[in-house]
Amino acid sequence: MNREPPVNPKAAVRTIDIVRSGLPRRYRAEQRFRIYGLSAILLSILFLALLFASIVGKGYSAFWQTTIKLDIFFDPAVLQKEALVNADYSALIKAAIQNLFSEVDGRQDRRLLNSLVSAGAGYQLRGMVLQNPEIVGRTVSVWVPADDEVDMTLKGHFRRDVPEAERRMSDKQLAWLDRLTAEGRVERKFNTTFLSAGDSREPELAGIWGAVSGSFFTLMISLVLSFPIGVAAAVYLEEFAGKNRWTDLIEVNINNLAAVPSIVFGLLGLAVFLNFFGLPRSAPLVGGLVLTLMTLPTIIIASRSALQAVPPSIREAALGVGASRMQMVVHHVLPLALPGMLTGTIIGMARALGESAPLLMIGMVAFIADIPHGVTDPATVLPVQIYLWADSPERAFVEKTSAAIMVLLAFLVVMNAGAIILRKRFERRW
Amino acid sequence: MAPFTLFVTLLALSSAAYYIGRRKAFALSGRANGAIKMHSRPVYHGALTALWCAIPALLIFGFWLVFETQVITQLVVKRLPESIRSLPPDRLNLVINDIRNLESGNFVSQTINPAMQAAADHYRMLRSISHNALAVITITLMAAAAVFVRSRIAIGLRARNQVEAIFTVILIVCSTIAIFTTIGIILSVLYEAIRFFKVIPITGFLFGLGWSPQMAIRADQVGSSGAFGAVPVFLGTALISAIAMVVAVPIGLMSAIYLSEYAGKRFRAVAKPLIEVLAGIPTVVYGFFAALTVAPFIRDAGNVLGLNVASESALAAGLVMGIMIIPFVSSLSDDFINAVPQSLRDGAYSLGATKSETIRQVIVPAAIPGIIGGVLLAVSRAIGETMIVVMAAGLSANLTVNPLQAVTTVTVQIVTLLVGDQEFDSPKTLAAFALGLILFVVTLCLNVIALYVVRKYREQYE
Repeated sequence: MNREPPVNPKAAVRTIDIVRSGLPRRYRAEQRFRIYGLSAILLSILFLALLFASIVGKGYSAFWQTTIKLDIFFDPAVLQKEALVNADYSALIKAAIQNLFSEVDGRQDRRLLNSLVSAGAGYQLRGMVLQNPEIVGRTVSVWVPADDEVDMTLKGHFRRDVPEAERRMSDKQLAWLDRLTAEGRVERKFNTTFLSAGDSREPELAGIWGAVSGSFFTLMISLVLSFPIGVAAAVYLEEFAGKNRWTDLIEVNINNLAAVPSIVFGLLGLAVFLNFFGLPRSAPLVGGLVLTLMTLPTIIIASRSALQAVPPSIREAALGVGASRMQMVVHHVLPLALPGMLTGTIIGMARALGESAPLLMIGMVAFIADIPHGVTDPATVLPVQIYLWADSPERAFVEKTSAAIMVLLAFLVVMNAGAIILRKRFERRW
Repeated sequence: MAPFTLFVTLLALSSAAYYIGRRKAFALSGRANGAIKMHSRPVYHGALTALWCAIPALLIFGFWLVFETQVITQLVVKRLPESIRSLPPDRLNLVINDIRNLESGNFVSQTINPAMQAAADHYRMLRSISHNALAVITITLMAAAAVFVRSRIAIGLRARNQVEAIFTVILIVCSTIAIFTTIGIILSVLYEAIRFFKVIPITGFLFGLGWSPQMAIRADQVGSSGAFGAVPVFLGTALISAIAMVVAVPIGLMSAIYLSEYAGKRFRAVAKPLIEVLAGIPTVVYGFFAALTVAPFIRDAGNVLGLNVASESALAAGLVMGIMIIPFVSSLSDDFINAVPQSLRDGAYSLGATKSETIRQVIVPAAIPGIIGGVLLAVSRAIGETMIVVMAAGLSANLTVNPLQAVTTVTVQIVTLLVGDQEFDSPKTLAAFALGLILFVVTLCLNVIALYVVRKYREQYE
């Protein structure tokens, strides 16, 4: 550097000294920069850990449900032979629980007492009777699900040490509950209802099976449509189409559709499939169609890169022995590109499984207690079920929501792991 | 015959046609005793027969089902008594809905009168006639096609070329679906939006400051005048997206820099997939996390500091959305940083620059076009994100840029306006499509610009 000559020649400043004097500062800056980078990564991983911890922490208890043992007398007076289906099963439960607490008197107290047991416990008894009508007239010990407030109290989500007015359960109810516990009539059991039932307004009766089947049908429709169409489109664009305006237009469209917000596909589904074609609302059929349009760009892009990875020598060899272009593609290129295409499809399907916004638009957000059995039955899907439960006011639904998220994440992990295994096992490097 | 059974029957018949065609071809080549070679192998003759059977029948099947409902509804409406037919269109639609529900055994919203019962019976009868007619027509057509193609099978028939031509057409049709999807989106959103702009002037929508999308059911209703000025909604979207970007861009960029320039192989192998996991988590999960964990935390923290924080603050939604976008920014920036040629790095090092100086003064400036493209894509992602804001942001349209208050976004409004019962002639429902149009246009512009920038950047170093 051309500086002014120093005034005092004895203290001649050499360039290297200037550099050296700046070095500690520059090394500190280097250190700081490195730490910023590392902390950015650690921060993202911390967020991930927090997310999982908060969901697992809230949700694991939903897999256990508090049950109460009642000695049910299957009263022949209540269960008339000809009307077993419509009999008043909750009367049996009320009788059984009031038998335990014979001292409880008065309408109000009895209602409080009855509310310890789930309102849906009658269905369980109905199931038992319909399966085995011999049971009528006998007394059997039955574990029935407790009400969600009892469940939440015993799991420690409701505090017991606050004044009665601020609690969901009264002092009396807590005293009864303590007596039941002391008698060994309260137990926490694995919650099979959660995995096998449809949606319900009562948290202790609500399950995810309806949503899981809805997701299954929706994904099936979308897989059956999007895989062949996506592969066909990719094959055409990579193997047959020349480079011209038309294929450019298609490419630009595909790339743009991949970045269009998913809710816009919902608007399309609502306007075209529901209003124009008159397809049924809330049906997995329509959901599958919308998700097909949404995942097609992903699948086409993945399939094209799988086709590009097949070396040209294979194509030339096939053409050289006299195969037509179509034979070359079907017999030689496609089998080699298939693992890559399947990987892309699985990843697309995993995205579709987690998607909820477009499905809200086409009515898959309705309350549906029945389990769907076909693609035109009204249904909901797992992520939308999570959204619905997250909106419910009952405390017990927080736990259900988190548990449903755990199930959804488990499905996603399985699908992504499948994609990774597929890639690892069949991917060929040329 | 139910459509599904018919569909399965048609497929079964097509595969039968395949065997018919193949047998004929085998028979021909067998008679020639190998002396004359057929042009195509028997498989292609079979495939040709099957395709000629399946394609016309399935096309008719599809179109029939698409238009069946409308035609039958028209016919049923014609037979309705004059008193019902002269109802205004929306009431008539209700009646038609009830007739359909009655026919399929669902709940009906009003008391059933004999005219409706008769109409439902009529509807059912027409539908069964239609289904049977469809079955007869498609199956006859298939049989005719099978017989015709079978009679044409000969030694010299160029079956392979014809099958391949048909397949090429199918491939072309599949590849145009992307174009039709785009056209479908534009038409459906635009059509309803134009209907909306006929009621509400477009300038009032774009520049109005008040948003309360409701329409009076009665003229004298309190608060009957809905306001459709979307500026508060746009501002809320911009606010939440800005917060998300403030979180995602520095964290995403810094982690990309660290991963590509500093991290060792093993650290990278662990950290990169972990960050990518954030991208695979469904947005509804983020929404739940934002609404139940982050929002209460921010509210409590604000209370400790003496601030008044809304429980559905823009900060909570924006923060969580930012977390969601981190991997998006990070993986795109990672690509672009890796694309910067090593020679630039070596040049900087040889001048004595430290690593961080090289990154800040050489690599990032070299990669900046790509990074900007990536950030634009991330902004478009943030604007279109739905579930996080639906679950964690507010519904009321506040004209504010205070991140501690509740704001609403375009996507939240679309969802609230369209979930539940809809009437397709009220501006309230149509407003959702107008918002959808704006959303589509804005994200489309961002994407086009970003994809252009990214493509130019890629070419620069290739």
